[in-house]
Amino acid sequence: MTTLPLTHAAPPGAPRSAAHASYLDTETTLRSWLLTTDHKRIGVLYLGTLLATMALGGFFAMAIRLEHLTPDPTVMSAMTYNRMFTLHGVIMVWLFLIPSIPSAFGNFMLPMMLGAKDVAFPRLNLLSWYVFIVGAVLVLLSTFVGGIDTGWTFYPPYSALSPTAVPLALLGVFIVGFSTILTGLNFIVTTHTMRAEGVGWMQMPLFVWSIYATSIIQVLATPVLGMVLLFVVVDNALGWGLFDPSRGGDPVLYQHLFWFYSHPAVYIMVLPGMGVVSEVVATYARKNPYSYKAIAYSSLGIAFVGFLTWGHHMFVAGMSTFDAGAFGVLSMLVAVFSAIKVFNWTWTLKRGAIALKTPLLYIFAFLFLFVFGGMTGVATAAMSLDVHWHDTYFIVAHFHFIMVGGTLTAFLAGLHYWFPKMTGRLYPERLGMLSAALVFAGFFVTFFPQFLLGNAGMPRRYFNYPAEFQVLHVVSTVGSWVLAVGLMSTAIYFLWSLRWGPEAGPNPWGSRSFEWRTASPPPKHNFTRTPPFEIGPYDYTQPLPDEAP
Amino acid sequence: MTAARSVEHAEHFESLERQAHAARLGMWVFLATEVLLFGAAFALFLTYQVQFSHAFRAGVAHNTKVLGSVNTAVLLLSSTLVACAVHALRRGDAKLAARLVGGTIALGLTFLVIKGIEYGKHFDEGIYPGGVGHYFTLHPIRGLAAFWTLYFGMTALHALHVTIGAGVLGVLLHAIVRGRLGRETAYRLEVGAIYWHLVDVIWIFLWPLFYLA
Repeated sequence: MTTLPLTHAAPPGAPRSAAHASYLDTETTLRSWLLTTDHKRIGVLYLGTLLATMALGGFFAMAIRLEHLTPDPTVMSAMTYNRMFTLHGVIMVWLFLIPSIPSAFGNFMLPMMLGAKDVAFPRLNLLSWYVFIVGAVLVLLSTFVGGIDTGWTFYPPYSALSPTAVPLALLGVFIVGFSTILTGLNFIVTTHTMRAEGVGWMQMPLFVWSIYATSIIQVLATPVLGMVLLFVVVDNALGWGLFDPSRGGDPVLYQHLFWFYSHPAVYIMVLPGMGVVSEVVATYARKNPYSYKAIAYSSLGIAFVGFLTWGHHMFVAGMSTFDAGAFGVLSMLVAVFSAIKVFNWTWTLKRGAIALKTPLLYIFAFLFLFVFGGMTGVATAAMSLDVHWHDTYFIVAHFHFIMVGGTLTAFLAGLHYWFPKMTGRLYPERLGMLSAALVFAGFFVTFFPQFLLGNAGMPRRYFNYPAEFQVLHVVSTVGSWVLAVGLMSTAIYFLWSLRWGPEAGPNPWGSRSFEWRTASPPPKHNFTRTPPFEIGPYDYTQPLPDEAP
Repeated sequence: MTAARSVEHAEHFESLERQAHAARLGMWVFLATEVLLFGAAFALFLTYQVQFSHAFRAGVAHNTKVLGSVNTAVLLLSSTLVACAVHALRRGDAKLAARLVGGTIALGLTFLVIKGIEYGKHFDEGIYPGGVGHYFTLHPIRGLAAFWTLYFGMTALHALHVTIGAGVLGVLLHAIVRGRLGRETAYRLEVGAIYWHLVDVIWIFLWPLFYLA
């Protein structure tokens, strides 16, 4: 009755016709970009937006580090400092890390990895980008009308009383949350209903599994945050006092609901990163993953257990020792699932035909920083240790190792890995490796001293500090400069490559994953003919039909 | 021409069945989101109910059981009508389906009117969200403000959902009347109906908490 959309093209193995214009060339007007429903273009729109917000969040981070160069006020007032660390957190968490990999690379790659023409709801997909822009604009507007000084966690009662622009910023985060939900919903339905013939659940590239697990968390946790932020908005703006203890409200209840979202949010950030690692490791080791199923199911395991660990943020907020013990053990369980993945990746690399390219270098950084951050996480999951480290730089260093060392390195790995697919051009490999080394070194020098600072008792979010902490603070600040240089050189050579990079060809890395079995940049409907999906995404035992001599 | 157009599936789907499946699944996933949105509010309610059980009993006793229960009946009836509408459209009886959807929307608006009357009554008695109003000076019970704040917050959010649901059904009704929604595309009405049922189910939980418990 209806013809399958992909089968009417040339038979498998036939050469691609050059007549198919890429998704970048079909229409080039601004209007065609702003009204596009093409998942690839929406992915590019997200990527551009997120790189801009990342630069902004990074600017605030640099300002904070600069302020800590001396124990006394250095370049800003205490109030400005409060606004800076709040905005740094809000922007980096909600406007960069959470949407980073799913919304940019997920949008671009997930349908291609399923052999689909698009996501299930393309218009909803575009809507999610506009919703994101509206939320982001509200958050940024709040900086012009007094900023926000509560810290990114918005703890009441202070957030209910703060005279700064709390309602505006929180409404912005609330709206951004809707964008996340719409994206997650789209990915779940796409994975269920848009898989091409030959792409069963166990034939999907592992990146899809991690995005799928992430989407489940996004859909189930984000609304809880939305609700609780809405209550803080009305508390602050209308004085409803739901979390105000002077009127019978319970601020600890806020913390429970906030962390019910915000702890799983860590897995929203890091699970997609793990998906990138799985792809990059298999491609550059030219091997199938040691255990496909273990990696796939551990993603779901992390997504599930991640919902049961929120209490470890609240060990000092008044909690029975039994609860603290239960939350501690459940938090440690996440490390078991993560370790399954780490062992799988390292075992995949073992005896692989390694091609050492920039993305793989970032994966090495990921493995080191993620394991380091993860192990300190296991330590802080024990209440006895957490009481000592709570609200110190130790925690700051720990979560930066996971969120930046984990997610940012994976994001950069993905950016280098998929840049040829998205743009059809290659980046300069040597500069890439040099920048990767700078990013890794800069990151480590920035955040490792913060473990020592925290352990010595330096509390987070303090404007000034005792003089004996200065040496470590100076080291940390210098590290942030190295990190910034690494990221800026990355930005420069990517911009250069957009125009002058050498042509990449359809599959520069020789990957078996499905998104590489079409032109780079891909045509509007992704594949010009039925891709040979009978060869799995990690099957390196035989050449692809296209590449057979 | 219109009939031929209506059975065509969107370009990126393999078939209409797949598209219908995607639409249904999408709505169910969205319902999960909605359940957790309200779930956070229910968690707040239950915690404060345990802490201030005396105040919450006083609050429930003050609410008008009859109005709340009539509204429950109104919503349940509306859900029945929309379910029948889906079956009618599947049989191809667009005329009956249109009438039933129209009835559903009318009942939804009735619900909103009754809710509005209740709100007016509370305002007259000096009950406003946030513990504002002379009612709270007359009844200085700790936790009473939290009850009424949650009452207004949760029922207003629910009323917003009723309004959105009625709007969605209005768009679908328009499509049925114009002949753009028929037997083959009945799944679109079904998806709208599922959303309407959720709005209904949420009220089934709000009703005992605010009127009966």
